[in-house]
Amino acid sequence: MIAVHGLVKTIGAQEILRGVDLDVARGETLAIIGRSGGGKSVLLKHLIGLMRPNAGEIWIEGQNIIDMSERNLAAIRQKVGILFQGSALFDSMTVAENIAFPLREAGERDPKVLRKRVSEMLDVMELQGHEEKMPVNLSGGMKKRVGLARSIIRQPSCILYDEPTSGLDPVVSDSINRLIRRLQQRLGVTSIVVTHDMKNAFHVADRIAYLHEGQIYFQGTPEDLRQSPDQLIQDFLLGRSDEQLTPKAFGVES
Amino acid sequence: MRFVQYLGEIVILAADTFHSLFTRRLRWKLFLNQIVEIGLLSQLVVVITGGFTGAVFTAQTYFQFHKIGMGSAVGAVVSVAILRELGPVLTALMVTGRVGAAMSAEIGTMKVTEQIDALRALAVYPTDYLVVPRALAMMVSMPLLVAECIAVGIAVGYFVAIFLLEVNGTYYMANMVRWTRSRDIIMGLSKAFCFGILIVFISCHKGLTAREGAVGVGRATTEAVVNASLAVLISNFFLTMLLNIIYPAGYQ
Repeated sequence: MIAVHGLVKTIGAQEILRGVDLDVARGETLAIIGRSGGGKSVLLKHLIGLMRPNAGEIWIEGQNIIDMSERNLAAIRQKVGILFQGSALFDSMTVAENIAFPLREAGERDPKVLRKRVSEMLDVMELQGHEEKMPVNLSGGMKKRVGLARSIIRQPSCILYDEPTSGLDPVVSDSINRLIRRLQQRLGVTSIVVTHDMKNAFHVADRIAYLHEGQIYFQGTPEDLRQSPDQLIQDFLLGRSDEQLTPKAFGVES
Repeated sequence: MRFVQYLGEIVILAADTFHSLFTRRLRWKLFLNQIVEIGLLSQLVVVITGGFTGAVFTAQTYFQFHKIGMGSAVGAVVSVAILRELGPVLTALMVTGRVGAAMSAEIGTMKVTEQIDALRALAVYPTDYLVVPRALAMMVSMPLLVAECIAVGIAVGYFVAIFLLEVNGTYYMANMVRWTRSRDIIMGLSKAFCFGILIVFISCHKGLTAREGAVGVGRATTEAVVNASLAVLISNFFLTMLLNIIYPAGYQ
Protein backbone atom coordinates (compact mmCIF):
# COMPACT_ATOMS: atom_id res chain seq x y z
CA MET A 1 0.00 0.00 0.00
CA ILE A 2 2.77 2.45 1.00
CA ALA A 3 6.42 2.17 -0.02
CA VAL A 4 9.20 4.63 0.77
CA HIS A 5 12.57 4.38 -0.98
CA GLY A 6 15.72 6.35 -0.13
CA LEU A 7 13.89 9.34 1.36
CA VAL A 8 16.22 12.24 2.14
CA LYS A 9 15.15 15.52 3.73
CA THR A 10 17.33 18.42 4.76
CA ILE A 11 15.97 21.40 6.67
CA GLY A 12 18.47 24.26 6.80
CA ALA A 13 21.85 22.69 7.50
CA GLN A 14 20.36 19.70 9.31
CA GLU A 15 19.85 16.38 7.53
CA ILE A 16 16.63 15.08 9.10
CA LEU A 17 16.06 11.96 6.95
CA ARG A 18 19.09 10.18 5.46
CA GLY A 19 17.66 7.58 3.12
CA VAL A 20 14.57 6.07 4.76
CA ASP A 21 13.28 2.79 3.27
CA LEU A 22 9.92 1.50 4.46
CA ASP A 23 7.10 -0.75 3.25
CA VAL A 24 3.62 -0.93 4.75
CA ALA A 25 1.22 -3.64 3.62
CA ARG A 26 -2.52 -3.11 3.19
CA GLY A 27 -4.39 -3.47 6.49
CA GLU A 28 -1.19 -3.48 8.51
CA THR A 29 -0.47 -1.19 11.47
CA LEU A 30 3.10 0.06 11.61
CA ALA A 31 4.40 2.04 14.57
CA ILE A 32 7.39 4.30 13.91
CA ILE A 33 9.28 4.91 17.12
CA GLY A 34 12.35 6.97 17.85
CA ARG A 35 13.68 9.77 20.00
CA SER A 36 12.05 13.20 20.08
CA GLY A 37 13.32 15.41 17.26
CA GLY A 38 14.43 12.35 15.29
CA GLY A 39 12.34 13.11 12.19
CA LYS A 40 9.32 10.86 12.79
CA SER A 41 6.75 13.60 12.22
CA VAL A 42 8.72 14.87 9.22
CA LEU A 43 8.58 11.37 7.72
CA LEU A 44 4.83 11.16 8.36
CA LYS A 45 4.17 14.54 6.70
CA HIS A 46 6.04 13.34 3.62
CA LEU A 47 3.66 10.39 3.32
CA ILE A 48 0.73 12.72 2.62
CA GLY A 49 2.69 15.25 0.58
CA LEU A 50 2.69 18.01 3.21
CA MET A 51 6.49 18.17 2.88
CA ARG A 52 8.66 17.62 -0.19
CA PRO A 53 11.84 15.52 0.10
CA ASN A 54 15.25 16.37 -1.34
CA ALA A 55 15.52 12.86 -2.79
CA GLY A 56 13.72 9.53 -2.76
CA GLU A 57 10.35 8.08 -3.73
CA ILE A 58 7.02 7.61 -1.96
CA TRP A 59 4.56 5.20 -3.54
CA ILE A 60 0.95 5.16 -2.38
CA GLU A 61 -1.35 2.61 -4.02
CA GLY A 62 0.99 2.36 -7.00
CA GLN A 63 1.43 6.11 -7.54
CA ASN A 64 4.65 7.99 -6.87
CA ILE A 65 3.50 11.15 -5.11
CA ILE A 66 6.82 13.00 -5.18
CA ASP A 67 6.29 14.79 -8.47
CA MET A 68 2.57 15.35 -8.03
CA SER A 69 1.30 18.94 -7.93
CA GLU A 70 -0.58 20.14 -4.86
CA ARG A 71 -3.88 19.90 -6.74
CA ASN A 72 -3.20 16.37 -8.00
CA LEU A 73 -2.35 15.25 -4.47
CA ALA A 74 -6.00 15.83 -3.51
CA ALA A 75 -6.95 12.42 -4.91
CA ILE A 76 -4.32 10.73 -2.72
CA ARG A 77 -5.30 12.76 0.32
CA GLN A 78 -8.88 11.58 0.03
CA LYS A 79 -7.57 8.05 0.61
CA VAL A 80 -5.21 8.96 3.46
CA GLY A 81 -6.34 10.60 6.72
CA ILE A 82 -3.98 12.16 9.24
CA LEU A 83 -4.29 12.96 12.94
CA PHE A 84 -1.97 15.86 13.73
CA GLN A 85 0.06 15.99 16.93
CA GLY A 86 -1.71 19.19 18.01
CA SER A 87 -5.02 18.01 16.45
CA ALA A 88 -5.06 21.10 14.14
CA LEU A 89 -8.79 21.66 14.58
CA PHE A 90 -10.30 24.69 12.81
CA ASP A 91 -10.67 27.05 15.75
CA SER A 92 -13.45 29.11 14.16
CA MET A 93 -15.71 26.05 13.83
CA THR A 94 -17.63 23.97 16.38
CA VAL A 95 -16.87 20.29 16.99
CA ALA A 96 -19.72 19.25 14.66
CA GLU A 97 -18.59 21.66 11.92
CA ASN A 98 -15.02 20.38 12.20
CA ILE A 99 -16.15 16.77 11.83
CA ALA A 100 -18.52 17.57 8.95
CA PHE A 101 -15.91 19.69 7.13
CA PRO A 102 -14.46 16.94 4.86
CA LEU A 103 -17.96 15.87 3.80
CA ARG A 104 -19.03 19.43 3.02
CA GLU A 105 -15.88 19.96 1.00
CA ALA A 106 -16.60 16.73 -0.89
CA GLY A 107 -19.91 18.31 -1.95
CA GLU A 108 -22.36 16.86 0.59
CA ARG A 109 -24.98 19.53 1.29
CA ASP A 110 -27.95 17.57 2.72
CA PRO A 111 -28.21 18.64 6.41
CA LYS A 112 -29.86 15.32 7.34
CA VAL A 113 -26.99 13.27 5.91
CA LEU A 114 -24.42 15.55 7.53
CA ARG A 115 -26.14 15.37 10.93
CA LYS A 116 -26.40 11.56 10.71
CA ARG A 117 -22.75 11.06 9.75
CA VAL A 118 -21.53 13.50 12.41
CA SER A 119 -23.69 11.78 15.03
CA GLU A 120 -22.21 8.39 14.07
CA MET A 121 -18.71 9.79 14.48
CA LEU A 122 -19.58 11.38 17.82
CA ASP A 123 -20.83 7.94 18.97
CA VAL A 124 -17.65 6.17 17.85
CA MET A 125 -15.48 8.80 19.56
CA GLU A 126 -17.71 8.99 22.66
CA LEU A 127 -18.18 12.72 22.16
CA GLN A 128 -22.00 12.95 22.24
CA GLY A 129 -23.14 16.21 23.85
CA HIS A 130 -20.00 18.13 22.86
CA GLU A 131 -20.93 18.87 19.25
CA GLU A 132 -21.63 22.59 19.76
CA LYS A 133 -18.43 23.27 21.71
CA MET A 134 -15.59 25.29 20.21
CA PRO A 135 -12.12 23.63 20.09
CA VAL A 136 -10.75 26.09 22.65
CA ASN A 137 -13.14 24.62 25.23
CA LEU A 138 -12.03 20.99 24.71
CA SER A 139 -9.48 18.97 26.68
CA GLY A 140 -6.40 17.52 24.93
CA GLY A 141 -7.94 14.04 24.67
CA MET A 142 -11.20 15.40 23.27
CA LYS A 143 -9.33 17.43 20.67
CA LYS A 144 -7.49 14.28 19.55
CA ARG A 145 -10.77 12.41 19.22
CA VAL A 146 -12.40 15.25 17.23
CA GLY A 147 -9.31 15.37 14.99
CA LEU A 148 -9.55 11.63 14.49
CA ALA A 149 -13.27 11.81 13.72
CA ARG A 150 -12.54 14.50 11.10
CA SER A 151 -9.83 12.30 9.55
CA ILE A 152 -11.94 9.17 9.24
CA ILE A 153 -15.39 10.54 8.33
CA ARG A 154 -14.61 10.13 4.63
CA GLN A 155 -13.52 6.54 5.31
CA PRO A 156 -9.91 6.67 4.13
CA SER A 157 -8.04 3.46 3.35
CA CYS A 158 -5.03 4.61 5.42
CA ILE A 159 -4.75 6.65 8.62
CA LEU A 160 -1.57 8.38 9.80
CA TYR A 161 -1.32 9.18 13.52
CA ASP A 162 1.25 11.75 14.69
CA GLU A 163 1.92 11.20 18.40
CA PRO A 164 -1.69 10.28 19.21
CA THR A 165 -1.05 9.99 22.97
CA SER A 166 1.47 12.79 23.57
CA GLY A 167 0.50 15.19 26.33
CA LEU A 168 -2.34 12.99 27.59
CA ASP A 169 -2.69 11.34 31.00
CA PRO A 170 -2.34 7.50 31.12
CA VAL A 171 -6.11 6.88 31.28
CA VAL A 172 -6.90 9.07 28.27
CA SER A 173 -3.86 7.61 26.44
CA ASP A 174 -5.27 4.15 27.03
CA SER A 175 -8.68 5.20 25.69
CA ILE A 176 -6.98 6.60 22.54
CA ASN A 177 -5.03 3.33 22.10
CA ARG A 178 -8.25 1.32 22.36
CA LEU A 179 -9.92 3.68 19.91
CA ILE A 180 -7.12 3.17 17.36
CA ARG A 181 -7.40 -0.62 17.78
CA ARG A 182 -11.19 -0.46 17.44
CA LEU A 183 -10.91 1.58 14.23
CA GLN A 184 -8.47 -0.94 12.77
CA GLN A 185 -10.83 -3.80 13.51
CA ARG A 186 -13.94 -1.93 12.38
CA LEU A 187 -12.62 -0.22 9.23
CA GLY A 188 -9.73 -2.56 8.36
CA VAL A 189 -7.55 0.42 7.44
CA THR A 190 -3.80 0.59 7.01
CA SER A 191 -2.32 2.62 9.87
CA ILE A 192 1.00 4.29 10.56
CA VAL A 193 1.46 5.50 14.12
CA VAL A 194 4.36 7.79 14.95
CA THR A 195 5.07 7.74 18.66
CA HIS A 196 7.71 7.70 21.36
CA ASP A 197 5.22 6.21 23.82
CA MET A 198 6.22 2.51 23.92
CA LYS A 199 2.96 1.47 25.57
CA ASN A 200 1.11 3.06 22.66
CA ALA A 201 3.39 1.33 20.11
CA PHE A 202 3.08 -2.14 21.66
CA HIS A 203 -0.68 -1.76 22.08
CA VAL A 204 -1.55 -0.85 18.49
CA ALA A 205 1.25 -2.12 16.21
CA ASP A 206 1.54 -5.25 14.09
CA ARG A 207 5.07 -4.17 13.25
CA ILE A 208 7.44 -1.57 14.68
CA ALA A 209 10.13 0.46 12.90
CA TYR A 210 12.79 2.30 14.91
CA LEU A 211 13.97 5.54 13.28
CA HIS A 212 17.44 6.49 14.42
CA GLU A 213 19.61 9.29 13.04
CA GLY A 214 17.44 9.67 9.95
CA GLN A 215 17.39 5.99 8.98
CA ILE A 216 15.29 2.93 9.79
CA TYR A 217 17.55 1.18 12.30
CA PHE A 218 15.22 -1.73 13.07
CA GLN A 219 12.00 -3.25 11.66
CA GLY A 220 10.11 -6.18 13.14
CA THR A 221 7.22 -7.36 15.25
CA PRO A 222 6.75 -6.00 18.76
CA GLU A 223 8.08 -9.32 20.06
CA ASP A 224 11.21 -9.06 17.86
CA LEU A 225 11.77 -5.59 19.28
CA ARG A 226 11.44 -6.76 22.89
CA GLN A 227 13.85 -9.66 22.28
CA SER A 228 16.40 -7.60 20.37
CA PRO A 229 19.86 -7.80 21.98
CA ASP A 230 20.84 -4.47 20.40
CA GLN A 231 22.03 -2.07 23.11
CA LEU A 232 20.58 1.03 21.40
CA ILE A 233 17.13 -0.53 21.19
CA GLN A 234 17.21 -1.82 24.75
CA ASP A 235 18.27 1.62 25.99
CA PHE A 236 15.32 3.17 24.14
CA LEU A 237 12.84 0.57 25.41
CA LEU A 238 14.00 0.95 29.00
CA GLY A 239 14.35 4.72 28.74
CA ARG A 240 18.06 4.66 29.65
CA SER A 241 20.17 7.72 28.89
CA ASP A 242 23.96 7.65 28.56
CA GLU A 243 24.20 11.24 29.68
CA GLN A 244 25.40 11.65 33.27
CA LEU A 245 23.68 14.61 34.89
CA THR A 246 25.69 15.72 37.89
CA PRO A 247 24.29 17.92 40.68
CA LYS A 248 26.48 20.69 39.22
CA ALA A 249 24.41 20.56 36.03
CA PHE A 250 21.46 21.76 38.12
CA GLY A 251 23.54 24.50 39.75
CA VAL A 252 23.91 22.51 43.00
CA GLU A 253 27.38 22.23 44.51
CA SER A 254 28.09 18.76 45.92
CA MET B 1 17.26 39.40 -5.01
CA ARG B 2 14.94 38.64 -2.08
CA PHE B 3 12.67 41.49 -3.21
CA VAL B 4 12.40 39.96 -6.69
CA GLN B 5 11.59 36.57 -5.13
CA TYR B 6 8.96 38.25 -2.91
CA LEU B 7 7.35 39.93 -5.93
CA GLY B 8 7.44 36.63 -7.80
CA GLU B 9 5.66 34.83 -4.96
CA ILE B 10 2.91 37.46 -4.89
CA VAL B 11 2.46 37.27 -8.67
CA ILE B 12 2.26 33.45 -8.47
CA LEU B 13 -0.32 33.69 -5.67
CA ALA B 14 -2.35 36.16 -7.73
CA ALA B 15 -2.15 33.96 -10.86
CA ASP B 16 -3.14 30.90 -8.83
CA THR B 17 -6.08 32.80 -7.33
CA PHE B 18 -7.37 34.04 -10.70
CA HIS B 19 -6.97 30.52 -12.10
CA SER B 20 -9.04 29.14 -9.20
CA LEU B 21 -11.57 31.93 -9.57
CA PHE B 22 -12.40 30.90 -13.13
CA THR B 23 -11.97 27.13 -12.90
CA ARG B 24 -13.12 26.07 -9.39
CA ARG B 25 -16.43 26.38 -7.59
CA LEU B 26 -16.83 29.49 -5.47
CA ARG B 27 -17.54 28.95 -1.75
CA TRP B 28 -20.44 31.42 -1.55
CA LYS B 29 -20.76 31.36 2.23
CA LEU B 30 -17.10 32.29 2.71
CA PHE B 31 -17.37 34.95 0.00
CA LEU B 32 -20.43 36.54 1.65
CA ASN B 33 -18.74 36.42 5.07
CA GLN B 34 -15.82 38.32 3.57
CA ILE B 35 -18.16 40.86 1.95
CA VAL B 36 -19.54 41.55 5.43
CA GLU B 37 -16.05 41.67 6.96
CA ILE B 38 -14.46 43.85 4.27
CA GLY B 39 -17.36 45.82 2.83
CA LEU B 40 -20.00 46.20 5.52
CA LEU B 41 -17.85 46.53 8.64
CA SER B 42 -15.39 48.98 7.04
CA GLN B 43 -18.06 51.56 6.30
CA LEU B 44 -17.82 53.59 9.50
CA VAL B 45 -14.06 54.00 9.10
CA VAL B 46 -14.44 54.96 5.45
CA VAL B 47 -17.29 57.42 6.07
CA ILE B 48 -15.35 59.19 8.84
CA THR B 49 -12.20 59.28 6.68
CA GLY B 50 -14.06 60.65 3.67
CA GLY B 51 -16.10 63.15 5.68
CA PHE B 52 -13.27 64.78 7.62
CA THR B 53 -10.88 64.75 4.66
CA GLY B 54 -13.52 66.46 2.52
CA ALA B 55 -14.15 69.02 5.27
CA VAL B 56 -10.53 69.94 5.91
CA PHE B 57 -9.60 69.95 2.23
CA THR B 58 -12.49 72.26 1.42
CA ALA B 59 -11.52 74.63 4.22
CA GLN B 60 -7.84 74.78 3.28
CA THR B 61 -8.60 75.27 -0.41
CA TYR B 62 -11.09 78.02 0.41
CA PHE B 63 -8.59 79.86 2.62
CA GLN B 64 -6.19 80.13 -0.33
CA PHE B 65 -8.71 80.62 -3.15
CA HIS B 66 -10.69 83.24 -1.22
CA LYS B 67 -7.66 85.56 -1.25
CA ILE B 68 -7.75 85.76 -5.02
CA GLY B 69 -11.54 85.89 -5.23
CA MET B 70 -12.07 82.34 -6.43
CA GLY B 71 -14.03 80.97 -3.46
CA SER B 72 -16.74 79.46 -5.65
CA ALA B 73 -14.12 77.39 -7.56
CA VAL B 74 -13.41 75.37 -4.43
CA GLY B 75 -16.12 72.81 -5.27
CA ALA B 76 -14.46 71.83 -8.53
CA VAL B 77 -11.04 71.41 -6.93
CA VAL B 78 -12.39 69.39 -3.99
CA SER B 79 -14.49 67.16 -6.21
CA VAL B 80 -11.73 66.34 -8.71
CA ALA B 81 -9.06 65.87 -6.02
CA ILE B 82 -11.22 63.53 -3.93
CA LEU B 83 -12.36 61.55 -6.97
CA ARG B 84 -8.93 61.11 -8.54
CA GLU B 85 -6.60 60.90 -5.52
CA LEU B 86 -7.78 61.39 -1.96
CA GLY B 87 -10.78 59.04 -2.00
CA PRO B 88 -9.04 55.96 -3.43
CA VAL B 89 -5.75 56.41 -1.55
CA LEU B 90 -7.18 57.18 1.88
CA THR B 91 -9.78 54.42 1.63
CA ALA B 92 -7.08 51.95 0.59
CA LEU B 93 -4.87 52.95 3.55
CA MET B 94 -7.77 52.57 5.99
CA VAL B 95 -8.78 49.20 4.52
CA THR B 96 -5.16 48.04 4.72
CA GLY B 97 -5.08 48.86 8.43
CA ARG B 98 -8.45 47.30 9.19
CA VAL B 99 -8.83 44.40 6.78
CA GLY B 100 -5.31 43.65 5.53
CA ALA B 101 -4.03 43.27 9.09
CA ALA B 102 -6.93 40.97 10.01
CA MET B 103 -6.41 38.80 6.92
CA SER B 104 -2.73 38.40 7.56
CA ALA B 105 -3.21 37.65 11.27
CA GLU B 106 -6.02 35.14 10.68
CA ILE B 107 -4.26 33.21 7.92
CA GLY B 108 -0.93 33.45 9.77
CA THR B 109 -2.46 31.95 12.91
CA MET B 110 -3.94 29.13 10.83
CA LYS B 111 -0.49 28.54 9.34
CA VAL B 112 1.42 28.30 12.63
CA THR B 113 -1.25 26.12 14.29
CA GLU B 114 -1.14 23.59 11.40
CA GLN B 115 -4.72 24.44 10.33
CA ILE B 116 -3.53 25.11 6.78
CA ASP B 117 -1.73 21.75 6.78
CA ALA B 118 -5.02 20.25 7.98
CA LEU B 119 -6.83 21.87 5.04
CA ARG B 120 -4.26 20.41 2.64
CA ALA B 121 -4.45 17.00 4.31
CA LEU B 122 -8.24 17.07 3.87
CA ALA B 123 -7.74 17.58 0.12
CA VAL B 124 -8.69 21.27 0.22
CA TYR B 125 -6.43 23.60 -1.75
CA PRO B 126 -5.66 26.57 0.59
CA THR B 127 -5.78 29.17 -2.19
CA ASP B 128 -9.30 28.05 -3.16
CA TYR B 129 -10.52 28.10 0.43
CA LEU B 130 -8.71 31.08 1.94
CA VAL B 131 -7.57 33.46 -0.79
CA VAL B 132 -10.25 33.27 -3.51
CA PRO B 133 -13.21 34.38 -1.32
CA ARG B 134 -11.14 37.21 0.19
CA ALA B 135 -9.81 38.39 -3.18
CA LEU B 136 -13.23 38.38 -4.82
CA ALA B 137 -14.85 40.12 -1.85
CA MET B 138 -12.11 42.76 -1.92
CA MET B 139 -12.54 43.32 -5.67
CA VAL B 140 -16.28 43.87 -5.16
CA SER B 141 -16.05 45.88 -1.93
CA MET B 142 -13.20 48.29 -2.62
CA PRO B 143 -14.83 50.24 -5.49
CA LEU B 144 -18.01 50.53 -3.42
CA LEU B 145 -16.12 51.71 -0.33
CA VAL B 146 -14.19 54.25 -2.39
CA ALA B 147 -17.43 55.47 -3.99
CA GLU B 148 -18.88 55.89 -0.51
CA CYS B 149 -15.80 57.75 0.74
CA ILE B 150 -15.86 60.08 -2.29
CA ALA B 151 -19.60 60.76 -1.97
CA VAL B 152 -19.34 61.57 1.74
CA GLY B 153 -16.19 63.66 1.19
CA ILE B 154 -17.80 65.80 -1.51
CA ALA B 155 -21.07 66.14 0.43
CA VAL B 156 -19.34 67.20 3.65
CA GLY B 157 -17.12 69.58 1.62
CA TYR B 158 -20.28 71.17 0.19
CA PHE B 159 -21.79 71.70 3.64
CA VAL B 160 -18.57 73.17 5.03
CA ALA B 161 -18.26 75.53 2.05
CA ILE B 162 -21.88 76.67 2.02
CA PHE B 163 -22.80 76.78 5.73
CA LEU B 164 -19.46 77.47 7.47
CA LEU B 165 -17.49 79.43 4.88
CA GLU B 166 -20.54 81.09 3.27
CA VAL B 167 -19.62 80.37 -0.34
CA ASN B 168 -22.42 80.93 -2.86
CA GLY B 169 -24.04 77.52 -3.24
CA THR B 170 -25.23 77.98 -6.83
CA TYR B 171 -21.80 78.93 -8.17
CA TYR B 172 -20.14 76.25 -6.03
CA MET B 173 -22.37 73.53 -7.54
CA ALA B 174 -22.18 74.94 -11.07
CA ASN B 175 -18.38 74.94 -11.02
CA MET B 176 -18.21 71.50 -9.47
CA VAL B 177 -20.53 69.98 -12.07
CA ARG B 178 -18.80 71.82 -14.91
CA TRP B 179 -15.28 70.67 -14.03
CA THR B 180 -16.04 67.14 -12.80
CA ARG B 181 -16.21 64.57 -15.58
CA SER B 182 -17.29 60.95 -15.65
CA ARG B 183 -13.67 60.02 -16.41
CA ASP B 184 -12.72 61.31 -12.93
CA ILE B 185 -15.19 58.84 -11.43
CA ILE B 186 -13.87 56.01 -13.61
CA MET B 187 -10.30 56.85 -12.61
CA GLY B 188 -11.13 56.75 -8.89
CA LEU B 189 -12.95 53.43 -9.15
CA SER B 190 -10.20 51.91 -11.33
CA LYS B 191 -7.65 52.83 -8.70
CA ALA B 192 -9.88 51.33 -6.00
CA PHE B 193 -9.97 48.02 -7.85
CA CYS B 194 -6.18 47.98 -8.29
CA PHE B 195 -5.53 48.90 -4.64
CA GLY B 196 -7.94 46.16 -3.50
CA ILE B 197 -5.96 43.58 -5.47
CA LEU B 198 -2.65 44.82 -4.03
CA ILE B 199 -3.94 44.77 -0.43
CA VAL B 200 -5.50 41.32 -0.59
CA PHE B 201 -2.54 39.53 -2.18
CA ILE B 202 0.11 41.22 -0.03
CA SER B 203 -1.87 40.45 3.15
CA CYS B 204 -2.75 36.85 2.25
CA HIS B 205 0.82 36.14 1.13
CA LYS B 206 2.21 37.38 4.45
CA GLY B 207 -0.27 35.19 6.32
CA LEU B 208 0.49 32.11 4.24
CA THR B 209 4.23 32.51 4.80
CA ALA B 210 4.07 33.30 8.55
CA ARG B 211 6.48 31.30 10.72
CA GLU B 212 7.65 30.84 14.28
CA GLY B 213 4.50 31.08 16.39
CA ALA B 214 2.93 34.20 17.84
CA VAL B 215 6.00 36.35 17.13
CA GLY B 216 5.90 35.27 13.48
CA VAL B 217 2.20 36.11 13.17
CA GLY B 218 2.81 39.54 14.71
CA ARG B 219 5.69 40.17 12.33
CA ALA B 220 3.66 38.99 9.33
CA THR B 221 0.78 41.29 10.26
CA THR B 222 3.03 44.34 10.68
CA GLU B 223 4.84 43.62 7.41
CA ALA B 224 1.53 43.12 5.60
CA VAL B 225 0.24 46.54 6.70
CA VAL B 226 3.53 48.33 5.96
CA ASN B 227 4.07 46.65 2.58
CA ALA B 228 0.47 47.09 1.44
CA SER B 229 0.45 50.77 2.50
CA LEU B 230 3.70 51.43 0.63
CA ALA B 231 2.42 49.50 -2.39
CA VAL B 232 -0.73 51.66 -2.44
CA LEU B 233 1.23 54.92 -2.24
CA ILE B 234 3.88 53.94 -4.80
CA SER B 235 1.47 52.34 -7.28
CA ASN B 236 -0.80 55.40 -6.96
CA PHE B 237 1.82 57.58 -8.66
CA PHE B 238 2.21 55.17 -11.58
CA LEU B 239 -1.55 54.63 -11.85
CA THR B 240 -2.06 58.40 -11.90
CA MET B 241 0.45 58.82 -14.72
CA LEU B 242 -0.97 55.89 -16.68
CA LEU B 243 -4.65 56.61 -16.15
CA ASN B 244 -4.14 60.30 -16.91
CA ILE B 245 -3.25 59.29 -20.46
CA ILE B 246 -6.52 57.38 -20.79
CA TYR B 247 -8.66 59.72 -18.68
CA PRO B 248 -6.97 63.14 -18.83
CA ALA B 249 -7.78 65.63 -16.08
CA GLY B 250 -9.46 68.97 -16.73
CA TYR B 251 -12.12 70.33 -19.03
CA GLN B 252 -11.41 69.22 -22.59
